[in-house]
Amino acid sequence: MSSPDASRGRGILGQLADFLDDRTGYRGLLAEALYERVPGGARWRYVWGSTLVFAFITQVITGLVLWSSYSASGQTAWESVYYIQHEMAGGWLVRGIHHFMAQAMVVLLALHLMQVVIDGAYRAPREVNFWLGLVLMTLVLGMALTGYLLPWDQKGYWATRVATNLAGLVPFAGPAIQQLVVGGSDYGHHTLTRFFALHAGFLPATLVLFLVVHLTLFRKHGLCAKQPITKPDGMFWPDQLLKDTVAMLAVMAVVLGVILLPAMRAMLEGRPIDPGELGAELGAPADPAQPYAAARPEWYFLFLFQFLKVFEGWGASGEFFGAIVVPGLVMAIMFLMPIIGRWKLGHRFNIAFTLAILAGAGLLTAMALNEDYAALWSDRAAYADVEKLIEETGNDPAAIATALDHDEGKIADFHRRARALEKIRRSEAFLAAVQQAKQDAHRAVELAGRPERIPPGGALELVRADPESQGPRLFAQHCGSCHAHVDPDDPGAEAVFAKSSAANLFGFGSAAWMRGLLDPAQVAGPAYFGNTAHAEGDMVNFVTEDLTDRDEWSEADIDAVVAAMAAGAMTHAAAVSPPDAKLVERGRELVADEARCGGCHHFGDNETELGYAPDLAGWGGREWLVGIIADPIHERFYGESNDRMPSFGVAEEGAMPAMSDEEIGLVADWLRGDWYRPATGK
Amino acid sequence: MSDTPTDTETAGRRTFFTKIAAVAAGGLATLAPLAAGVWMTLDPLRKRAGTAGFLPVTDAATLPDNGMPRQFPVIADRVDAWTGFTAEPIGAVYLRREKGSDSIEALSATCPHAGCFVELDARDRCFRCPCHNSVFTLDGGIVSPSPSPRPMDSLECRVDAKGGVEVKWENYYSGIAEKVPRS
Repeated sequence: MSSPDASRGRGILGQLADFLDDRTGYRGLLAEALYERVPGGARWRYVWGSTLVFAFITQVITGLVLWSSYSASGQTAWESVYYIQHEMAGGWLVRGIHHFMAQAMVVLLALHLMQVVIDGAYRAPREVNFWLGLVLMTLVLGMALTGYLLPWDQKGYWATRVATNLAGLVPFAGPAIQQLVVGGSDYGHHTLTRFFALHAGFLPATLVLFLVVHLTLFRKHGLCAKQPITKPDGMFWPDQLLKDTVAMLAVMAVVLGVILLPAMRAMLEGRPIDPGELGAELGAPADPAQPYAAARPEWYFLFLFQFLKVFEGWGASGEFFGAIVVPGLVMAIMFLMPIIGRWKLGHRFNIAFTLAILAGAGLLTAMALNEDYAALWSDRAAYADVEKLIEETGNDPAAIATALDHDEGKIADFHRRARALEKIRRSEAFLAAVQQAKQDAHRAVELAGRPERIPPGGALELVRADPESQGPRLFAQHCGSCHAHVDPDDPGAEAVFAKSSAANLFGFGSAAWMRGLLDPAQVAGPAYFGNTAHAEGDMVNFVTEDLTDRDEWSEADIDAVVAAMAAGAMTHAAAVSPPDAKLVERGRELVADEARCGGCHHFGDNETELGYAPDLAGWGGREWLVGIIADPIHERFYGESNDRMPSFGVAEEGAMPAMSDEEIGLVADWLRGDWYRPATGK
Repeated sequence: MSDTPTDTETAGRRTFFTKIAAVAAGGLATLAPLAAGVWMTLDPLRKRAGTAGFLPVTDAATLPDNGMPRQFPVIADRVDAWTGFTAEPIGAVYLRREKGSDSIEALSATCPHAGCFVELDARDRCFRCPCHNSVFTLDGGIVSPSPSPRPMDSLECRVDAKGGVEVKWENYYSGIAEKVPRS
């Protein structure tokens, strides 16, 4: 208590402090907070609790800022996170800190837990505080889990779907819990609003409550000093606090380092830096209809993910056991630690148990990573003989046994190596999926950055209407079983052509494609008509006989026809470097000429009737391509001489065609290279 | 300052009732927002996945009778809380036709283990789940040992008079041996 005498002769600040202390007693509170005795002096091993508090404060600060720019709904979650990450000043940094500090927090939790168990800090009278700590740990993990979904990208969406499906396995209440968390029977707006309310409201509020009690009890019991005490006691302020703050700084430095390292590397290599690419990743927008083979939980949950694979062949009880029973038992044993630890042997058991769990989790994580990335350090070529045998025998066990002369040893060895090969192939598939995911994410961001901005229906609308990303998928699904789409200059192109039963459509409509068609060496080859019913047709005859007659067709004539066709199709390639106008003019005359191409094909103002050969008016253009995909037997195209191509856009009255108009349009645009490209060439 | 008890018995009784009343009043007052909150939080339990019935998926003519499945999106109108979507992909099915057979089998592409998207491996003639490595035969059967507790979920499928393939789309609970629809 200050007396009027004491403040005499002091400055205005001193008097204000006295006034405040008189009304609040803050000096006493501060002294209580700072002058805590540290038995045996300050130590580095006591810093983990403080770093966790610091990490939480970091999450509150960055979280509140993110909150102020985040919008939780199916059409705005990804979009608002995109805006934070790629357009807002400092958004990438705040999001990056939030993302990586969450991961640091999990590591710090493990360290804090380990230190508490090893030091026996859970023993009487600190049992309750240990239990509170376990509750805090569960809350932090809950926040990590709920936060993963909020960007509403493919990664978070598919990983969280697995997590909520597992919640459905809880006995009795499982389906109800699942429905409550998901906010209905299916993923949607309410999944996001609920996860967000949990992540930013309920869980942190509960955490603060428990944290206050945790810290109060910690002060009540005092620090559990490492025995034996050899040095004189120290004070929390400033001895221990200095060590704590240095540790906090180190944690922050690591987090910032992880975010900024790629930028530093880019700077050293002289590459331009896109801050949107720094910090936390943002995948493509969540799409329930688009498979995501790269789905994995965040790395600190990978051990649980891997753990589920351990129960192969256990049937329904396996997943229940792996996802519910074992984690439940581990938590139960941890809750019992203060009681088990009353005996000396029990304490040793607790330490061994904690270390075993952490080592087990580490091992499972390593196994998960090894499975996913095995292809990076394995040599698939070493299994070429196994691969060949599988292909030759169709993986039929009897045929394989025959091929190996029924030699038990050889067969066992074959199966061992077949399993190893299988692992490599799985890993390759995963790595390819990751690559695809990166590509999709990059494209989604590119589309979102268009000058027209994101439509009210959300970024998924943009992605679904994008020929560059949807074209290859639709082509593979509907066209790829007959047509190839490979650059003829690719090393593996010949092998692909040999397997296809229709023309290679790479660059269809371009000058290069047309030149290949008019090349006598190629027209009957597998990249054009070779594997079709037209292999000995009139066009092949024309190219191999008429076109090679230099008295009739000069090289310049052929150049002109190529230019005219490319100019008519006006694919992206032609739009970028338009063919010479004079050449085009000359070419158009040649194509229309009824003594030349026009003898079979309708073009320009010639009067050749449709039905014998494809109409060349508008050849390779969008309208022409959409038309031939929809209905190749139409008289404008192949009519009755159509070789096996289905009419993708035509169905009987009331029935559904194989492809919708939108899908056909996407394939046509993709073949033509007509898709959005950012102006700056970002 | 402290009161001097004049009649301890009366005071004791009065204090007891005061305590009860205080706790009851406070408790009741807090109960109102709490009950209202719980009521609203439980709202999703009322929601049922409406069965969409049979949905047109494709034309039977597009399905080769070589036993090799093909993947098709399932398109339907969908309502997500306040947003209505028309003709949205809501899932995917694999359709296949055995050699020389007219009947079409439909399998849901959702893995019965944990709900990932099962992929077709045409080379090895099987289905593979990219998440926990469950493998299924082309007719959806389990390849042991598998993390999955049951075969892939077959869906009801019919071909209408005009050759249109229709599938009765359904979501099932994952991770259990029985095939229990969510609706």
